[in-house]
Amino acid sequence: MGRFIVRRLLHGLVLLFMVATVVFVLGRLTGNPVDLMLPEDATAEDRTRLIKSLGLDGPMHTQFLVFIGNALQGDLGTSIRMRQPAVDLFFSRLPNTLVIIPWAILLAMVVGIPLGVVAALNRGNMLDRGAGTIAVLGIATPNFWLGIVLIFVFSVELGWLPSGRMGGPEHYVLPVITLGTFLTAGFMRLTRSSMLDVLESEFVKLARIKGLSETVVIWKHCLRNAMIPLLTLWGVFVGNLITGAIVTETVFAWPGVGRLTYEAVIYRDFPLLQAVIILKSILILSINLLVDILYAYVDPRIRLS
Amino acid sequence: MQRLPWIPILIILTIFAMAIFAPLLAPHDPIDQTLKDKLLPPFWFEGGSTKYILGTDAFGRDILSRLIYGARVSLLVALLALTVGGGVGLTIGIVAGYLGGTIETILMRLVDAAFTFPAILFALLLSVTLGQGLGTLVIAISLLLWASFARIIRGEVLALKQRDFVALAKVRGCSTLRIMATHILPNVLNTFLVLVTLNIGVVIIAEASLSFLGAGIPPPTPTWGLMVSEGRGRIADAWWVALIPGIAITLLVLSVNLFGDWLRDRLDPRLRQL
Amino acid sequence: MNQDTVLQVRDLATYFELRRGVVKAVDGVSFDLRRGEVLGLVGESGCGKSLTALSIMRLLPKGGARTVRGEVRLGGENILELPASRMRDIRGRRISMILQDPQTSLNPVFTIGEQLREAIFRRAPAKTAEIMKEAVAALRRVEIAAPESRISQYPHQMSGGMKQRVVGAIAMSGEPQVLIADEPTTALDVTIQLQYLKLLKRLQTETGMAILFITHDFGVVARMCDRVAVMYAGRIVECGPVAEVFERPAHPYTRALIASVPKMTGERGRLATIEGQPPSLLDLPPGCRFAPRCNLAEPQCIATYPETADIGPAHTVSCWRSDTR
Repeated sequence: MGRFIVRRLLHGLVLLFMVATVVFVLGRLTGNPVDLMLPEDATAEDRTRLIKSLGLDGPMHTQFLVFIGNALQGDLGTSIRMRQPAVDLFFSRLPNTLVIIPWAILLAMVVGIPLGVVAALNRGNMLDRGAGTIAVLGIATPNFWLGIVLIFVFSVELGWLPSGRMGGPEHYVLPVITLGTFLTAGFMRLTRSSMLDVLESEFVKLARIKGLSETVVIWKHCLRNAMIPLLTLWGVFVGNLITGAIVTETVFAWPGVGRLTYEAVIYRDFPLLQAVIILKSILILSINLLVDILYAYVDPRIRLS
Repeated sequence: MQRLPWIPILIILTIFAMAIFAPLLAPHDPIDQTLKDKLLPPFWFEGGSTKYILGTDAFGRDILSRLIYGARVSLLVALLALTVGGGVGLTIGIVAGYLGGTIETILMRLVDAAFTFPAILFALLLSVTLGQGLGTLVIAISLLLWASFARIIRGEVLALKQRDFVALAKVRGCSTLRIMATHILPNVLNTFLVLVTLNIGVVIIAEASLSFLGAGIPPPTPTWGLMVSEGRGRIADAWWVALIPGIAITLLVLSVNLFGDWLRDRLDPRLRQL
Repeated sequence: MNQDTVLQVRDLATYFELRRGVVKAVDGVSFDLRRGEVLGLVGESGCGKSLTALSIMRLLPKGGARTVRGEVRLGGENILELPASRMRDIRGRRISMILQDPQTSLNPVFTIGEQLREAIFRRAPAKTAEIMKEAVAALRRVEIAAPESRISQYPHQMSGGMKQRVVGAIAMSGEPQVLIADEPTTALDVTIQLQYLKLLKRLQTETGMAILFITHDFGVVARMCDRVAVMYAGRIVECGPVAEVFERPAHPYTRALIASVPKMTGERGRLATIEGQPPSLLDLPPGCRFAPRCNLAEPQCIATYPETADIGPAHTVSCWRSDTR
């Protein structure tokens, strides 16, 4: 298990290096990155200082080394608009995102997985079709629009819930639903299809031969196996959560890293955007590592191979 | 076998017609601002007028006309991105699957990496470095597509490679390139077609999301995502500005997804897990 | 019902109701299983053997086959009429089953110990530590070496033969009176098959349970069984003591099956094969189902299904021409 984690960790570092390279290349795609990194009112002095500090007067490979060296020291540039180190900005906003993502995952697990199981057990009848329709709708609705619809219904028309900004528990409801809907629908569809496969398998028959109750057969023997495809597709879900958070936080004026990303885009704040992308990649890799460990726990074939 | 999904097909055809015949169908110019008519509701509400069937936005632009022109952007981007991204994925999938060895390992590592990091992030970065525009958008969305195409096509090719007709072609002395083009490619086209259909919805949502975030086609060109974004701030007094284009997006994505599911069941049921 | 009969099956019928019609996969099967005996159920694949077993266990695949009539009496009560919860109590404890493919019979995500624990717990609820002792004993009984270390292993760490032993241990952990073994050795290597059969025979003698042994191989029947029932196209066509059936097979189909078993001794001739295919279960002929492939068939065979007739001590057959050799 220890070796498994170390291997995954090294794998993640390689991927991170690739991301940094891509970001570096994209920043220089248009020629001189200085224009992307300075405010419009920058003086000639600012320019020369930046050129020196990034080694932009040197050849490409030294520039890259400077870039990587700075990154390793935690320096990913300075936000043009807020004139603060981008890394600091990211970490000051990160907690606000981390308080909604787990709720969205929880929503998807608590609603999506049981609904998928129930749909599989009722294959073909009204319940299955109803759940299927909801899932199809959940996948087809873009979440920026879903957020606006929820605001319209629950804040504007009914006045039950606040339309945005952070605050008490009631402030979480709409953003969490907005962020969690796609995931819930995805979990439901995937759980249903893998449950249908598992229900046909011989070991389920043996579990019934043993005389185990249906509850144990389905929620223990079947579900644990049905979770495996869900975990293999985890990367897709995490990616969706991270991009979903950009849109959701934008709609609900939620001061997290998603909103920060949006601000970096609309204000063309390249250093901030570049930092956000690298740091989010680290975030994604950490979540993936956690899921890999969970995966190994669920499927002994992975753990012991 | 499920029946042909008539309603989704009808919706898709309608939106296609809207895109193609936009100048003929749109009652107004989509960009023309008539400030005295701003924020009018759809005609069936009080204060609405049949002159603007679906109402107007904050600049007095006709929502129906913008919706009709917006279909052009959605479908054009979908077409281009699926051609570029799908094409790249198809090529990489065939090359990796057929050649195998180190090339396959490297290409598949890249695919894994692409799956790990959401392409939307890089699309946002591109829009800042390259500037907004159709080209940037197509490249950005292609980034989102190629990996999943490559992975699935490669799987198909691995199975095809073992078949007799490939061995036979080798015996006859066909070149590798020729085998890939004339024996492998035609046999993965069904799968490719299903993948294209299943990904139209993904592309449309991605395009709308990027537009919404200010990284799509720049204004004043009407796009559905941008329309939602512009109406967002007025949700309390003019809900139709944001809600109507969203309905259009959802309806189109829903229709192509239902059609895609049907096509997959017909042509390639093994892809059901996706 | 005879004192010695532990499982009595009468006129059992299980159909698949498809859009194209009704597939009569099991169509009026009757037999008795006596205490401590091994009854072989032989036939080609697709003749309804496995479905008979699943019908008895009431574990038919959902949305597919359905038992439409008949009785399955276990110790006097018709278990087909029991509520699902009562049937669950009976499964594993009074009637149990070994499945064909050991590779898929065990749940890949739980340890062997856990899968045994669940079965043992039903018979004797106790603390996990105590049950684990019993689990080790159960593995030892099925001749698994170093059972203490096996208990914490997962199925993928074992060979096919070993997995099938574990399946056996699980199936027998409730000390059932009746065990259905559905081709338990088909998926195993030939050398391991023999070991497994010996093990099963030894456990059967020790515990005195009755086994319904399903196979397509008359050679295995000769080795394992006391009596044999031959099944063809959803019905039992001949039933009797193994020695009797081998010496005086009355049904042409039984004769053909026996002739197709390679003999270890004696002259080496060509193996007999049966011409033709079994009838489609969707569209069964009114008469004897073997008639289209039978070289003794007469008009009567095609017109009406033959009554079951006694032709010797405990030997029955359904054939109009059983007197003809």
